[in-house]
Amino acid sequence: MLHLFCPYCQELREEDEFHYRGQAHIVRPKDPESLSDKEWGDYLFFRHNPKGIHHEMWYHVSGCRRFFNVTRNTVTYDIYETYKIGETPAVTAKEETE
Amino acid sequence: MSRYSVFSLFKHALSHHENWQKVWRNPTPKDVYDVVIIGGGGHGLATAYYLAKEHGITNVAVVEKGYLGGGNTARNTTILRSNYLWDEAAHLFEHSMKLWEGLSQDLNYNVMYSPRGVLNLGHNLQDMRDIERRVNANRLNGIDGEVLNAKQVKDICPLLDCSDRARYPVLGASWQARGGVARHDAVAWGFARAADSLGVDLLQQTEVIGIRRHEGAVCGVETNRGFIAAKKVACVTAGSSSLLAKMVGMELPIESHPLQACVSEPIKPILDTVVMSNAVHGYMSQSDKGDLVIGAGIDSYTGYGQRGSFPVIEHTLAAICEMFPDVRRVRMNRAWGGIVDTTPDASPIISKTHIPGLYFNCGWGTGGFKATPGSGNVFAHTIAKDEPHPLAKPFSIDRFHSGHLIDEHGAAGVAH
Repeated sequence: MLHLFCPYCQELREEDEFHYRGQAHIVRPKDPESLSDKEWGDYLFFRHNPKGIHHEMWYHVSGCRRFFNVTRNTVTYDIYETYKIGETPAVTAKEETE
Repeated sequence: MSRYSVFSLFKHALSHHENWQKVWRNPTPKDVYDVVIIGGGGHGLATAYYLAKEHGITNVAVVEKGYLGGGNTARNTTILRSNYLWDEAAHLFEHSMKLWEGLSQDLNYNVMYSPRGVLNLGHNLQDMRDIERRVNANRLNGIDGEVLNAKQVKDICPLLDCSDRARYPVLGASWQARGGVARHDAVAWGFARAADSLGVDLLQQTEVIGIRRHEGAVCGVETNRGFIAAKKVACVTAGSSSLLAKMVGMELPIESHPLQACVSEPIKPILDTVVMSNAVHGYMSQSDKGDLVIGAGIDSYTGYGQRGSFPVIEHTLAAICEMFPDVRRVRMNRAWGGIVDTTPDASPIISKTHIPGLYFNCGWGTGGFKATPGSGNVFAHTIAKDEPHPLAKPFSIDRFHSGHLIDEHGAAGVAH
C-alpha cells in the first residue's frame, strides 16, 4: 500500500484514493499537423520504464480531483516527493541530469 | 539423452530410482554461439528448442541470470486458451494451442496439459454482447467456442454462484472446451531438457550486463562470466525487456507492472474447469495438488518490485468470494507478484529491430504462458530466417509507428 502526500490537500492518503496516470512531464506536441508517424508513435505509445527513479502523474480521484506529480522508486516503491503540476522535481535519476 | 517411458520407469524402479540421468547439462560457456537467447523462461527455452529442432541451429546458448523458469514462468496461473478477438492474435494463440496438444509427446516430458475447459463469465448485457462477438470471431477463425447461458454455466461449474442473489449475477459465459491448464514448471523443464539434448547450452546464473555491437550489428553479450560472442542475440526477458533495450539505446513501448496471484491450502477436488471473470476481476482453477490457483490484477503503477499492492489482491479475493461463496473460509497459502511487460494494445512484440542481429520477443503482458510453445516456434523462425514468421509479422514493433495496433484488451483477461 502506497501512501501519497497530495500537494493540494496537504494530506498523506492511501493509494486507493488515487489513480495512476502514467509518466509525468510529457509535452503535448505544439504543432500536431506537422508530426511524422514516428513522432506520433513516440508521443502516444513510448514511455520511460526505468528500474529506479520515476516521475509520474497521479490523480487524486477520491479527494480534490486534481493531478499532481510523484517521484517514486520503482524497485523499493519509496516515494521521494510529490509536487504540483508545473513544478520541477527535486530528486532526479543520475542519468537524467547528465 | 535417455528417453522417458514406462519401461525406463520400470527399469529405474529396480535400482530405487537412484540412477536417473541429470535432466540437463550445466556447461561452461563457449566463446562463440550462432544465437544467444537472453532469458531462460518458458518462451526463451521454447525458442531455443525450436531453433534446434526445426531450423537445425544447435550452436545456441540460453543465458539466464537466475535459474531456468524462475521468473514469470513460475509465477503465472497456468491457464491455456486461444479465444482472442482479432485474426492476428487468434491465429497466433491458436498456433500455440495446437502445439500444446502434442507437446508432451514432442518433448518426451509430461507437461500435464489438461484441456479442462475455460469459462469467461459475463455479468451484464454488454459482457454478453462482447462474448457473443468474440465467440463468433473465434468460430470464424476455426477456434472452438460456445456462448452459454447461466443454467449451462451452472451445469459445468456447480461451485459457481449463478443465482440472481449474487452482487453481480452471472448471465452467461463463453466456453472454450479445448482450453485448460498445464504444469508451468514442467513446461520450462521439458523445453530445457529437449533443447539441451539437441545441443543447446543452458547457462544459468549468467547475467547479461551489456550487448556489444560491431559496425552497428550485434556481435555478442557481456555477462558476469565474461564476453560471449554471438551472431544473433534474442531477448526474451518479459518485465526486464526495457532494461535490455536500454543497453542498445532503444526504447520499447512497454511498461512493467507487478501482477499478482495466490494459491490456497490444498483441498479436495471441487473445481474441474477454469473460471475467469473480467467484470468482477477474478479467475480461479484448481491444481492437481488441490490448491485453488487465483489470479489477481496488475498494479496500476509501474514497478519492478515483484510484489503487488494489497488493495489489488483484496479486490480479487472479494470477487472470488462473491463468485464462489463455498470457498470463503479457505485460507491462502502464498501470494506473490511477477513483473509483466504490458504494451499499449495488450498484444506482444515478436520482432526484428533496427539493429542487425537483435531480436525481441516481449510484451506478452498478463497472458504469456498460454503462448509459450507458439511464441518460441514463431520467434525461432524469425531468428533463423531473419524475417518474421507469417504469424509473427503483425506483431512487429513497427506497428506502434504505423498504427496497425492489435487491440486485445478485451481478450487479454487482465485489465491494464
